[in-house]
Amino acid sequence: MEHSHAALATVHAVSYLRFIVLFPLLGVLFNIFAGPRVGRRAINLVSPGVVLLSFFFSFAALLQLPPGGALVDTVYTWITAGRLQVDFALRVDPLSATMILIVTGVGFLIHVYSTGYMAHDEDVARYFAYLNLFTASMLLLVLGDNLLLLFVGWEGVGLCSYLLIGFWYTDDEKASAGKKAFIVNRIGDAGFLLGIFLLFWSLGAKGVWTLSFAEIQTHAGLLAVETVTVICLLLFVGATGKSAQIPLYVWLPDAMAGPTPVSALIHAATMVTAGIYMIARLHFLYSMAPTALAVVAIVGALTAFFAATIALVQTDIKRVLAYSTVSQLGYMFLGLGVGAYSAGVFHLMTHAFFKALLFLGAGSVIHAMSDEQDIRRMGGLKTKMPITYGTFLVACLAIAGFPGLSGFFSKDLILEETVASPHGSVVLWLIGTLTAGLTAFYMFRLLFVTFWGETRAPHEVAHHIHESPTVMTMPLVLLAVLSFIGGYFTLVPFLAPVFGGHHPAHVSALVKYLPTVAGLAGIGLAYQMYVRDPAMAERVAQRYAAVYRLLLNKYYVDELYDRFVVQPVVAASQWLWRVWDTVIIDGTVNGTAQTVAANGLLLRLWQTGNVQVYALSFLLGAMVILGYYLW
Amino acid sequence: MVSAVVFIPLCAALILLFIPREEEEITRRVAFGATVLTFLLSLLLLVEFQSDTADFQFVERFSWIEDFGIQYAVGIDGISLFLVLLTTLLMPLVILSSWDDIHKRVKEYLFFFLLLETGMIGTFVALDLFLFYVFWEVVLIPMSFLIGIWGGPRRIYAALKFLLYTMVGSLLMLVAILYLAYLHHAQYGTVTFDLLQLHKLTIPPETQIWLFAAFALSFAIKVPLFPLHTWLPDAHVEAPTGGSVILAGVLLKMGTYGFLRFAMPLFPAAAHAAVPVIMALAVIGIIYGALVAMVQPDLKKLVAYSSVSHLGFVMLGLFAFNVEGVEGALYQMLNHGLSTGALFFLVGVIYERRHTRLISDYGGLWKQVPVYAAVFLVVLLSSIGLPGLNGFVGEFLILLGAFGANPWAGVLGVSGVVLGAVYMLWMYQRVMFGPLRHVENTKLTDLSRREVAVFVPLLALMLVMGMYPKPFLIRMEKSVEATLARIQLARPLPDPTTPGVERAGDRDAIQEVSHSATD
Amino acid sequence: MVPISYHLVLSGVLFTIGVMGVLLRRNTIIIFMAIELMLNAVNLSFVALARHLGSLDGQLIVFFVMAVAAAEAAVGLAIILLVFRGRETVNADELNLLRW
Repeated sequence: MEHSHAALATVHAVSYLRFIVLFPLLGVLFNIFAGPRVGRRAINLVSPGVVLLSFFFSFAALLQLPPGGALVDTVYTWITAGRLQVDFALRVDPLSATMILIVTGVGFLIHVYSTGYMAHDEDVARYFAYLNLFTASMLLLVLGDNLLLLFVGWEGVGLCSYLLIGFWYTDDEKASAGKKAFIVNRIGDAGFLLGIFLLFWSLGAKGVWTLSFAEIQTHAGLLAVETVTVICLLLFVGATGKSAQIPLYVWLPDAMAGPTPVSALIHAATMVTAGIYMIARLHFLYSMAPTALAVVAIVGALTAFFAATIALVQTDIKRVLAYSTVSQLGYMFLGLGVGAYSAGVFHLMTHAFFKALLFLGAGSVIHAMSDEQDIRRMGGLKTKMPITYGTFLVACLAIAGFPGLSGFFSKDLILEETVASPHGSVVLWLIGTLTAGLTAFYMFRLLFVTFWGETRAPHEVAHHIHESPTVMTMPLVLLAVLSFIGGYFTLVPFLAPVFGGHHPAHVSALVKYLPTVAGLAGIGLAYQMYVRDPAMAERVAQRYAAVYRLLLNKYYVDELYDRFVVQPVVAASQWLWRVWDTVIIDGTVNGTAQTVAANGLLLRLWQTGNVQVYALSFLLGAMVILGYYLW
Repeated sequence: MVSAVVFIPLCAALILLFIPREEEEITRRVAFGATVLTFLLSLLLLVEFQSDTADFQFVERFSWIEDFGIQYAVGIDGISLFLVLLTTLLMPLVILSSWDDIHKRVKEYLFFFLLLETGMIGTFVALDLFLFYVFWEVVLIPMSFLIGIWGGPRRIYAALKFLLYTMVGSLLMLVAILYLAYLHHAQYGTVTFDLLQLHKLTIPPETQIWLFAAFALSFAIKVPLFPLHTWLPDAHVEAPTGGSVILAGVLLKMGTYGFLRFAMPLFPAAAHAAVPVIMALAVIGIIYGALVAMVQPDLKKLVAYSSVSHLGFVMLGLFAFNVEGVEGALYQMLNHGLSTGALFFLVGVIYERRHTRLISDYGGLWKQVPVYAAVFLVVLLSSIGLPGLNGFVGEFLILLGAFGANPWAGVLGVSGVVLGAVYMLWMYQRVMFGPLRHVENTKLTDLSRREVAVFVPLLALMLVMGMYPKPFLIRMEKSVEATLARIQLARPLPDPTTPGVERAGDRDAIQEVSHSATD
Repeated sequence: MVPISYHLVLSGVLFTIGVMGVLLRRNTIIIFMAIELMLNAVNLSFVALARHLGSLDGQLIVFFVMAVAAAEAAVGLAIILLVFRGRETVNADELNLLRW
């Protein structure tokens, strides 16, 4: 068994992993019950504090991690029914160690940032209750030792996403965005559940009743390839929902309705990577099913490309970043899909750094611009917000794949593997490279339009523009440092015990350098179009008006879904209720009753109320009966 | 002890008759005290319940009408234990919630509820079919009166519809019960209605079909299984809050309980034959209920249709015929009792304040009543099966079981999970989010202490049952296995040449549990 | 001795007169008297048959019937009286409240 070595490796039983999840949960309780009374200072202290504690425990777990092994904390038996037994057990191996450090580390910085960003919001306790709950769910997701516990976290983060997107609930549009996120995710989750069911019963048919990762890995070889393919595809449906891939990505851009730190934490750094994590966690299954892998790679590459094209023309700063996130997640899936799991996870990590930074930077800008999000009304912020600008620049360079920064390493690794891996293909590489160019272009378009040039804000807004307070800039700086050096973390060897040994890919120089060149070209083009010749963008848009409109309207996908899914379902439901239920079923029921009543109505005409008539009928009846017998 | 649990409410009801009409407060206290006492006693049952046997426990049995072999026989096993507890838990809450709401004929209101409680508990513990039928019918009358007297504008229509609908089914069941007694006489020379004795009957499959159909119709109406559900929205909409809570929380479970306790084990061959039909109807019910719930303008109707959907899940689990599915179904019965009961309480809370149930009359309530909104949110999440809360455990087990029995049933059933989120969240958004549109709503007050006291136990249970379902499931396990063993033995062993995921599993189950099959 | 058939025919005639009275008359008091007539017609046949068969049973029953008739007369007349007080009429056609 090639893949079973991880399951057989050293496993230490410990009992402190539960606290990693527990601390944020305590934060939730604190914020719900004490939060509204104790005041802002205590909330600002406790909420990030519990995440920091989790971070320390996660770090301790990392230090104690036996080489090539894992730590397991079995808390109690959660569900037992028939042949199903699910333990509440947490597990740290290199993969989940990476994830919990990202979640708690980046999460802590974003919590700190939030204390500044939400300083003027009256509902701060509720905000942090949700944010802590999110952290706990996300940690459960990555720590869960079995598929069902992962699913608990999976739905939990979905819930928090719903709550946080609709945090400013008095705005109907924001509430709708939250609902959309939850429902679209639920569609994915339905697929995920079916994947779990199929896995459970197919393994059960071979005599293995389990949902635990380690045991699934040990016994995965028993399964037929076709079965594994179907399981993997079903689980991938779940991933497309959570990680915003085609066809279920539509919720993520709308999710930008939430507070910006939420977008940074949930919709950039952590939650949306859950799909990546899930596939990486079940890599042994995916490796058995080349078809499923191919689907993952193709969906990833296509999503990366299409989302990037949409991002080219968006004018809302957060929407650009949202489509960029969708696109970057596509990269990660591309990496996973070609079997380069560690490359995918590597990009997950670097992306967490620079995309969180981008969102926080955007938040800083929005904060300064009095909640303005349209980049056409920004400009010239470079000098007024130097720290935000500097860190934003670092993040843009990182995502554009500028040599030496974190994104350069991870993105290049994915693209190299796309060519070198047996599951890869040159076409996918080409799409990826093209997307790299597009990414660099739209990111620097964003940077130039927002920070360079003259300010286009109304006077009263421009007057208020200021650099954000230290609690907000400090996380920016730390994340900028991470985005800078993140590429030098030796994640690939670290993850080797999970994914198997890594063979450095040998690729031609063209493959190696073209993505970088594409990125630099993208930056150059953006500079030409938005700095040297600002009118050029307008000309291009007019020249290719049809394409421009198509992109601006996001390929009309939302409209298509509305037209062909939402509206028919609602119309059908109305019909079912008003015609089928009310007229047909209830009509039958009431019709039966009315038939009986009508017959009764006829019969009661007999009942004249005149005793003599009764007596007469009595007499006649008696005579008839008598006559019958005497006859 | 079981008899005490059954009859304390009845005794309290009789005591109520001697309390002068003007003493409303005393009446309420007596009724509340009696239901709390019943609940505490039923907790004793839980404590002393042995989870390692499938036999009936706390059995009490003596002759009632000797000439016809009718016994008074009651007892509890893992299937009925939690249903009894659910009933005894919901009753004090119902009385508590009506404290400030009901001022019309308080004494009669409480009298009917206490009578109802005796009927419901009796239904769940009766081991004699005749006794079961008596209790089953006892439930009917007070419920009809509760709807017909304290209900909304169309209460008479709703009460009659409820009464007649249920009556049609139960009369056929009565005929079937009598036929069973007759069969026993034919085969063993004595007339008996004892469930355990009737288990021994050999009934030819053709006869089973008819008897099963008679039982199933009665239970299916109660469940309610699509397309026999139309009494439910009317009854719910018109019933007073407490009536809706009990109707959804307990009465519907009498149907599913009947399937599991009587229809399936007594007529296993017929049950097997009925699987495709019932599974299909259950799946239709899940999707249909959810879709129709989605477009309801009335909060109570929405919850009522959501019950159709949820009970579809329960039926799907029951007819999966594997331990996972059936335990999930049992668990889901409890979940539904808690979450839908709580939803009706919640609707009742704003209805009492605003006297409207139309969703469009609300909007933006979160700002006005945050505690209420938060409680509503938790209940709603429990109802749509969010992991960590009780609903998920039930739904997951049911769908897992159903998928094992028939993958397509699982696939279609899962769509109910999506649709459940759709109608609930959409409703929640329209009620709670957005701007506060109607001026009247600015006068709404948040939950009172009494109302909080109603919700706290419910929310706590939702959390406990979601986080730690094991103690519940373990107590069900043996009885479920024994029941399934009865059902499974009737089925011809599957053809070994057709490999199917579910087949292999089921055979394991037979081997595992056949030795523990009792009676 | 008068043959039994004479008695029975007389009883039958009396009964028929009673029936006709009940069916055709509109005054409740007359109807009431007609009912009494029917009862007594039956009484007559009872007594006649008792004598004919040499058994006391029939005579015994006659006493019962008479007692019942007396009670009925009391209650019935009371009812008619009350009805008359309330509705100012004893016409059977107008006393049709028990109607659909």
